Amino acid sequence: MAKDIKDLGWNELIPGAALFSFTEPVEDVAEVPMDERPYAPTNSHQYSVGDWRVEKPVFNRDLCIDCQFCWVFCPDLAILSRDKKMIGVLYDPCKGCGICVEVCPTNPKSLLMFPEQVDNEEALSKWPQKDEKKK
Amino acid sequence: MAKKYELNEVEVWDGNMAAAQALRQAQVDVVAAYPITPSTPIVQNYSQFLADGYVDGDFIMVESEHSAMSGCVAASASGARAATATSSQGFALMVEVLYQASGMRLPIVLTVVNRALAAPLNVNGDHSDMYLGRDAGWINLCSYNPQEAYDLTLMAFKIGEDLDVRLPVMVHQDGFLCSHTAQNVKPLQDEVAIEFVGEYKPVNTMLDVSNPVTHGVQTEEDWHFEHKARQHNDLMNSPKVIKRVFEEFKALTGREYDFVYKYKMDDAEVAIFALGTTVESAEVAADRMREKGIKAGVVSLRVLRPFPFEQIQEALSGIKALAVMDRSAPGGTLGAMFNELSAAMLAKGESPIMLNYIYGLGGRDTTIDHLTEIFAQLDECAKAGERKYPLQQFIGLRGPKLSFY
Repeated sequence: MAKDIKDLGWNELIPGAALFSFTEPVEDVAEVPMDERPYAPTNSHQYSVGDWRVEKPVFNRDLCIDCQFCWVFCPDLAILSRDKKMIGVLYDPCKGCGICVEVCPTNPKSLLMFPEQVDNEEALSKWPQKDEKKK
Repeated sequence: MAKKYELNEVEVWDGNMAAAQALRQAQVDVVAAYPITPSTPIVQNYSQFLADGYVDGDFIMVESEHSAMSGCVAASASGARAATATSSQGFALMVEVLYQASGMRLPIVLTVVNRALAAPLNVNGDHSDMYLGRDAGWINLCSYNPQEAYDLTLMAFKIGEDLDVRLPVMVHQDGFLCSHTAQNVKPLQDEVAIEFVGEYKPVNTMLDVSNPVTHGVQTEEDWHFEHKARQHNDLMNSPKVIKRVFEEFKALTGREYDFVYKYKMDDAEVAIFALGTTVESAEVAADRMREKGIKAGVVSLRVLRPFPFEQIQEALSGIKALAVMDRSAPGGTLGAMFNELSAAMLAKGESPIMLNYIYGLGGRDTTIDHLTEIFAQLDECAKAGERKYPLQQFIGLRGPKLSFY
């Protein structure tokens, strides 16, 4: 077992702090599912930024149309989707930026920001109704 | 394929043309540049070479010097040979990215035509910009004339790109006194220069999509210290490669370079230390002093960073009095070179009587008479066995005599 990256001495790091994503080259990486990629310890995939959040996005499966806007726009890898079907939000890579909520096109939205301490079940029970356009 | 440039055995080039020709022969892939006096002709000449078919690479006109160095950083991280030129305010604007380039270990070459820093605004030569960048983690090579600007620019690529070094390199020349002074230069023919510099060796290149790599990362208290230590270690060990490249260049051209430049130091009792074109003026002054029976010599640095600590100790060993000339406003202390040379001699445990002279700011002319006067002061100190003048004096300055300590 190689040394943990946190224990590497100055003479063991890659000069210039070049950080490789994978432990070995991966051909056609877009076709390899996230959980099957050989992520290197230096990949930010392993790094939690969840405690940067003050608000979290909560996902409502009942309203989602699987348009994938949130998956495309998420600046990290916090939206988990398989075979073009939305599964949910990964809270470790999510900084709570709210972009997924902003781009969600459904009415009411399928993703909404709630305070960090609110339980997801409770959040889903408080989901707003459809916003009727005023005539 | 770039056309071969017909060169005579001896060309008449100013320092800017010499540097531009070296960049052309180094077959740089990307030059990202923004013009600034007095370095403008380097990139102007280079873009002319490109327009005329003598260059295969790309020339990117950017919106500032910050962008020029950023363009070089991106090109270099992508696996390209990158270079640019700047001076003064442009250099100051580049400073943030200079630290990025060295920290990211990108062997970019920057030809610096030294010029004063504002305010007041001034386009003429002094070493303010050189001093501003001296802690930026680059290898710094110093030239005193166009031939050396050409030679060192070619060598800069070979040094910085060596797999044991991988650090960016600056090549300094004095604004106007070198950059705009046409002199005889003996260039290498294109094929000889190309073979000397060699093929660029990409390392950890960004464009390998099957093995993605992040450059310019953030590290906090966990890794930053280790990375900076590695960088310093590799810079401190770069003299092995610098020496080898100097030797290879000598074998090719007969022109000899060393870490410390010495003129008539074998039996010298008094010496002037200076950088840039002042070195050649000081040689003339030393010869005049020797006609009067004073054993005068001149010392300079060819390699400012990594600082040749031990070679300087050796070069100054046995002399009785030394004038360290700093061509940059010292900003509230003694001149930077004075401090560095003082540290070297303190560590050696034997120091000559040392005087610091601030001179030539903003292109103020420094004459042979100024330099012989300095030698005369040194001689007086040497004969008396003690310092007879203030530690820091301004020379060539109008108004009441300005000195400190």
